[in-house]
Amino acid sequence: MRAPIIRFENVCKRFSDKEGRELAAYAVKDLSFDVAGGELVAVVGRTGCGKSTMFNLLAGLLEPSSGLVRVYGRDPFRDFDWFRGKIAVVFQSDRLLPWRTALHNVAYGLELNHMEERERLGLARDWLRRLGLEGYEDAYPHALSGGMRQRVSIARAFAVNAQILLCDEPFSSLDELTGAKLRAEFVRLVRENRKTSIFITHSIDEALTLGERILVFQPPAFIVLEVRPEEAATEATRAAMKDAILSAMTSEVRDPAAS
Amino acid sequence: MLRQLAVRREALFAMLGLATAWQIASLFFPSYLFPPLPAIGAAFAKIFGSWEQVGNALATALRILAGLAGAFLLGVVFAVAMAKSRKANDYLFPILHFNQGIPALSWVVISIIWFKSIEFRIWFIMVVTTVPAFAFQILDAYRSISKDLHEMALSFRPSRYDMFRTVVLPTVVPGILTAFKVNLGNASRVVVVAELVGATGGVGYQLLQMQQLFDLAGALAWTLVLVLFVLGTQQILTLLESRLLRYRAQSERGL
Ligand SMILES: Nc1ncnc2c1ncn2[C@@H]1O[C@H](COP(=O)(O)OP(=O)(O)OP(=O)(O)O)[C@@H](O)[C@H]1O
Ligand SMILES: [Mg+2]
Repeated sequence: MRAPIIRFENVCKRFSDKEGRELAAYAVKDLSFDVAGGELVAVVGRTGCGKSTMFNLLAGLLEPSSGLVRVYGRDPFRDFDWFRGKIAVVFQSDRLLPWRTALHNVAYGLELNHMEERERLGLARDWLRRLGLEGYEDAYPHALSGGMRQRVSIARAFAVNAQILLCDEPFSSLDELTGAKLRAEFVRLVRENRKTSIFITHSIDEALTLGERILVFQPPAFIVLEVRPEEAATEATRAAMKDAILSAMTSEVRDPAAS
Repeated sequence: MLRQLAVRREALFAMLGLATAWQIASLFFPSYLFPPLPAIGAAFAKIFGSWEQVGNALATALRILAGLAGAFLLGVVFAVAMAKSRKANDYLFPILHFNQGIPALSWVVISIIWFKSIEFRIWFIMVVTTVPAFAFQILDAYRSISKDLHEMALSFRPSRYDMFRTVVLPTVVPGILTAFKVNLGNASRVVVVAELVGATGGVGYQLLQMQQLFDLAGALAWTLVLVLFVLGTQQILTLLESRLLRYRAQSERGL
């Protein structure tokens, strides 16, 4: 087993209302898992089960209500600045800056990492080309289709070359062909550069194809099943695995401690 | 472009219609009630024929701009305080809101009693009457910063300055431009009142002179100077706005 780089220990998260009072409901509850360096982990789970919240905790955008989140042994929320350039996130929605062209959106992370202008624009151009967006460098986000915007946001995250890549349904708004191409590119990128990556997906097939390990979440975000697709060598075992994931997602086995 | 021209053409027709109506009225009423257009034009030309008169117009323009600058800076301070601290918001909001109800003329009286310097009196009146709108509009703009974009930027760990430069500023600039446009109109109405605090120059002072001379053509010419200044400045702000906001999508069908 490779040494864990990401560690969640009994993490709970309850959001607060406008007055700062914690809500009763848990978005994430008692979540524990490790991710080793270079691992590619898929996360599946029904909508609203706390997957994006887990990402935000991991990216240091949210503080856990209790429990520990550790990345490289540090707290991504407290040691916020230390993580500059180390984590890149592809968000569920594209989150492009509307006042920047596609090119400058892709270069955004590099700019914040103080890369020199010529170098970062060159890199950004490169990434746009790899994602099939050559010729759209100067387009503003409003003039791009949803899938194109998503690809720009993927390029923005990949361009910073961070060791940890978090992708929240990166391929969901793409057509089959582009999706397949990007999935292959994504896996190649992660494998070649030994990146550690977690990606959220609603497609069990995608999780089975790309993931080295699959975590199945149940609301409020705790893991009900953990499988390794590589162990499913035949079509039959793969189908069985798929069934197991499906039933884990839909089953109503709840945490007995939850009210 | 063509549509803009069309709008301009209609604006021109409307203004021509107004002028024609005025000219017709001048045929039926004595000229001290409805001075004919050529008389107003002559008075207008006279203003721009003398450096002293141009100085009067410039003085008022400068007073407006100085007042707006002061109100803007103070508005930023208030807005940031209100955005950052709930307490500050809870205390400042009612005060600014109350202030909005105070007529400019009351401030004229207060500032005459409080201050000696005439220019300071005017500046104070300008600032105090326009600061609430500035504060509220800047606060609104600040609060409209998208949480999603803010978090996206945060995920790259920007410095505070970079966050301000790349997310905060582009979001608030349109709101600030609108605030300037709105407050420019208000300020131009207040300034002539403020100039009654003893100014010996400026459009307000000249208007008072014209009233005492019973010279309506002169009064209208001075009014025209002020209106043209406001419209011209607003046009500049609009141009700036359309340049800065060209990234925005245009609906093919208007609202
Ligand atoms: N800012 C917030 N304030 C309050 N509640 C929130 C907030 N963000 C998320 N939640 C709640 O936390 C729970 C988990 O949300 P989350 O976005 O993590 O789900 P998800 O698994 O990513 O769902 P989806 O697959 O639809 O994206 C939901 O019940 C949601 O209502
Ligand atoms: Mg989500």
